[in-house]
Amino acid sequence: MTVYQPPGRPGSVVSYHPRYEHWIGGTWTPPVRGRYFENPTPVTGLPFTEIARGTAEDIEAALDAAHAAAPAWGRTAPAERARLLLRIADRMEQHLEELAVAESWENGKPVRETLAADLPLAVDHLRYFAGALRAQEGGLSQIDEDTVAYHFHEPLGVVGQIIPWNFPLLMAIWKLAPALAAGNAVVLKPAEQTPASIMLLMELIADLVPPGVINVVNGFGVEAGKPLASSSRIRKISFTGETTTGRLIMQYASANLIPVTLELGGKSPNVFFADVADRRDDFYDKALEGFAMFALNQGEVCTCPSRALIQSSIYDGFLGDGLERVRAMRQGNPLDTETMVGAQASNDQLEKILSYIDIGRAEGAKVLAGGERVDLGGELSGGFYVAPTVFEGDNSMRIFQEEIFGPVVAVTRFEDFEDGVGLANDTLYGLGAGVWSRDGSTAYRAGRAIQSGRVWTNCYHHYPAHAAFGGYKNSGIGRENHKVLLEHYQQTKNLLVNYSPKAQGFF
Amino acid sequence: MRPSQVAVTSQAAELLRQLGGEHGPLMFHQSGGCCDGSAPMCYPAGELHVSQETDRLLGELVVEGMDPIPVWMAKDQYAYWSHTHLTIDVVPGRGSGFSLESPTGLRFLTRSRLLTDEEAEALTP
Repeated sequence: MTVYQPPGRPGSVVSYHPRYEHWIGGTWTPPVRGRYFENPTPVTGLPFTEIARGTAEDIEAALDAAHAAAPAWGRTAPAERARLLLRIADRMEQHLEELAVAESWENGKPVRETLAADLPLAVDHLRYFAGALRAQEGGLSQIDEDTVAYHFHEPLGVVGQIIPWNFPLLMAIWKLAPALAAGNAVVLKPAEQTPASIMLLMELIADLVPPGVINVVNGFGVEAGKPLASSSRIRKISFTGETTTGRLIMQYASANLIPVTLELGGKSPNVFFADVADRRDDFYDKALEGFAMFALNQGEVCTCPSRALIQSSIYDGFLGDGLERVRAMRQGNPLDTETMVGAQASNDQLEKILSYIDIGRAEGAKVLAGGERVDLGGELSGGFYVAPTVFEGDNSMRIFQEEIFGPVVAVTRFEDFEDGVGLANDTLYGLGAGVWSRDGSTAYRAGRAIQSGRVWTNCYHHYPAHAAFGGYKNSGIGRENHKVLLEHYQQTKNLLVNYSPKAQGFF
Repeated sequence: MRPSQVAVTSQAAELLRQLGGEHGPLMFHQSGGCCDGSAPMCYPAGELHVSQETDRLLGELVVEGMDPIPVWMAKDQYAYWSHTHLTIDVVPGRGSGFSLESPTGLRFLTRSRLLTDEEAEALTP
């Protein structure tokens, strides 16, 4: 067991600077309007650094730098581009503990997770896209004896990326790795709730990245995000967030006729068929862990399995065992490696979760566990902690239909296969889902019938780089992860070549 | 005319007056989904394209000295929210998205209650 010291304290493995400028064209660049905003840690609620408050002028400067860098970067040999990704990965791995502690302090998530998941996944993601790029091939199609269609991959140019606050570093790498591998220059805007850890990363890799290939402008959505998303100087915009902003970004993109990638969340069903309880064995234990996964990252995951659907015949027993698993969760100081559940990322997030707990109760849902804010005492008193919460209710209730983005699961029962799949699909969203069954046929048929981009089958919350991630229905457009992403950041150039000396015969 | 399904707290109304002074007439669109999902997004009127085909007008907020502020929600989302009444409140915080208030250090928040029987009846088409 280790309890890390907060960044900057004596004995800590990492320190934040008191202030961060923008990272533009390979240099620290003060905001044009000279304004900064305070960045609090959700662990204690107190500010620990201040951040440049970017505006349209800073976005323009970043776009200038990106446009200056893009042509040469796009012509760089794939092996060179892959090498950059590998070197960033190595650098992150060498500083993994520092970044993990910094990320935990920034977001409130347990350091156990940043050490074991966020950072290792980010490192692997970079290596995956380095490999995928090296192995990417264009196409050659023979049209007829004398005519060949060659297909080349070319970068889009300059792309904009807006990062969410739930996995600040990992989500930045999810977006950066394929975009850079594909040969694009990037202007990236972190979330205003978590603007600092990405700047720590930029500082760590500053000597590796050609100036202007990655530009980071911090600031508020309306002041910095909007000028980026609505700019006529980007060739694509990628956004992770919610539906109204997703619509607005698409509206801006339509004015510029550019493509979007939107990841807008979900209300993921976690479906437990009766046969999971046939035996009390490793598989049953695994299924109970699958139930408890709603609390991973305090529920601040777009694919949080926030609806548990349990088949009637095992409902009471399975739910009882699941509740025991919930009661065993250890909530505490995020910098303690024994802590399983940390702090919500911000005060407004905390308030939103509590408002959902209110409406859940008002609608008649039963609170079986949690249901309240937690005061951890001492320095942590000002932090944003919510007890892991289990509701029992009906799929038509608001708590079953909206992403709460907290450690809150809504549980209900289903009778048979059709009923279970029907409930799973009775949602506006379709990002993730879980299916648990010992019977391969049941699991397969359920997985195919559930309308969502990813169906974890007898597992949950794995995020390997080589598996496509993205939503059906209102959960968004496009995918992240998997080598297919390279093409989402590339143009297809077709050279249609005719080798015949003869005229076509029209004129 | 059908009854309004929205209201505003006095603290939120004060912030709206401040934002109105800077940005002119305003609108709300109730979001869904992850991160800042479920947050009410405040924009200059007309910023987000809405239509009766795709969105439901939940009502208009009446704030002294301002044009009425329409509150919209996507129609498919309304199907799941129709039985509730929403009050726009404000808390310290920092929403993401492009909502106008985020630089102020305050964040609009939707508080919900069930419709009364009378309200529900009046809303039945």
